[in-house]
Amino acid sequence: MSWSDAFLGTLKENDVRLVSYVPDNVLKPLLAGVNADNYFMPVSATREDEAVGMVAGAWMGGMRGCVMMQTSGFGTLPNVLASLVVPYQIPAILVISERGTMGEFNVGQALVARTMRPALDSIGIAHHTLDDDKTMPFVLDRSIKQAVATQSPVAFILSPLLTGGKTFKPS
Amino acid sequence: MMNRGDLTKRLVAKLKKDEAVIGGIGNTNFDLYAAGHRPQNFYMLGSMGLACPIALGVALAQPERGVIALEGDGSILMNLGVLATIAQLKPRNLTIIIMDNGTYQITGNQPTATKDTADIVAIAKGAGLSNSTWARDEKHFEELLSRRFDDGGPVLIAAKIDDKPATGQTVRDPSLIRSRFMQGLGTGRGGALDA
Ligand SMILES: Cc1ncc(C[n+]2csc(CCOP(=O)(O)OP(=O)(O)O)c2C)c(N)n1
Repeated sequence: MSWSDAFLGTLKENDVRLVSYVPDNVLKPLLAGVNADNYFMPVSATREDEAVGMVAGAWMGGMRGCVMMQTSGFGTLPNVLASLVVPYQIPAILVISERGTMGEFNVGQALVARTMRPALDSIGIAHHTLDDDKTMPFVLDRSIKQAVATQSPVAFILSPLLTGGKTFKPS
Repeated sequence: MMNRGDLTKRLVAKLKKDEAVIGGIGNTNFDLYAAGHRPQNFYMLGSMGLACPIALGVALAQPERGVIALEGDGSILMNLGVLATIAQLKPRNLTIIIMDNGTYQITGNQPTATKDTADIVAIAKGAGLSNSTWARDEKHFEELLSRRFDDGGPVLIAAKIDDKPATGQTVRDPSLIRSRFMQGLGTGRGGALDA
């Protein structure tokens, strides 16, 4: 099974229906899978903080959701995490495709990527780097259950080791 | 000119079916609180510009419940993209109300772009929310709200309001607000501890 099918299967097993996203190349198979499966409620958002607000509202309304984004999208989130998700105890699930490492060609991506884990640590959000397709379903499943049980958000960082990342042809 | 506290009271008087109301940052949620707390009220203590996304999330999760977002002009200007998102999804049960005082009032009355140039209703229509209207006066505002909130949306209503400050202050306890709101929506765990 592809990493993306396994990922979506685990979301389903955990009742995560709403998937709000701003697209990214590496997320393509996940977004295609979500849009092809009636179980999911896919919503294309214009900004990542909008997507987080939506997932917070859906959680309070009784529907679990996750936000899919690129590393640079995470860069827009610290305020909504610190003012909504963490203090209101919303178990938002953040799925971030990791750019900026292992062959990055865009310096801006490389720089914003370095802010991601320190920002998550400083706001106190648990994060897991998913870099192995064998352990990925276990980590994802257990950590979603923990997020819901403890009413705490969680971030999953999709490493290029899992996804293949985005490569370029040097000119 | 209309007044936010007065309009909010008129709105709350129209709510008959436990509609959820999301009050945006600052004055918008203070006046919602001042209009009389309801279990289905959600008060935002930050996250400027996110009243509509939060309301959209509730509306998607509970399609049978009417959901209303109350937002200021400065706040909606910060997150105009959500209007386009809502227009694409067309949630029947979502109503957006913009309290337009032409200023960032709570930070010291600095003018916003709506003071002289930007038109929120025109922007909303341009985003695809064809059912967007300026309320002319209090009576018209009430007419626009004399409908069921769980159908016929998405609807946007904007009102030009005066510069009076909010008439109350919400309790600043996010986890309490969230927990009570979820009880109000029937999704909370609180019942287990009720006497
Ligand atoms: C992201 C962000 N930027 C700036 C602020 C500061 N701030 C808080 S409320 C506010 C003004 C909100 O204006 P509006 O929505 O028009 O409401 P009003 O104060 O006029 O009632 C500002 C600028 C903030 N809290 N968050």
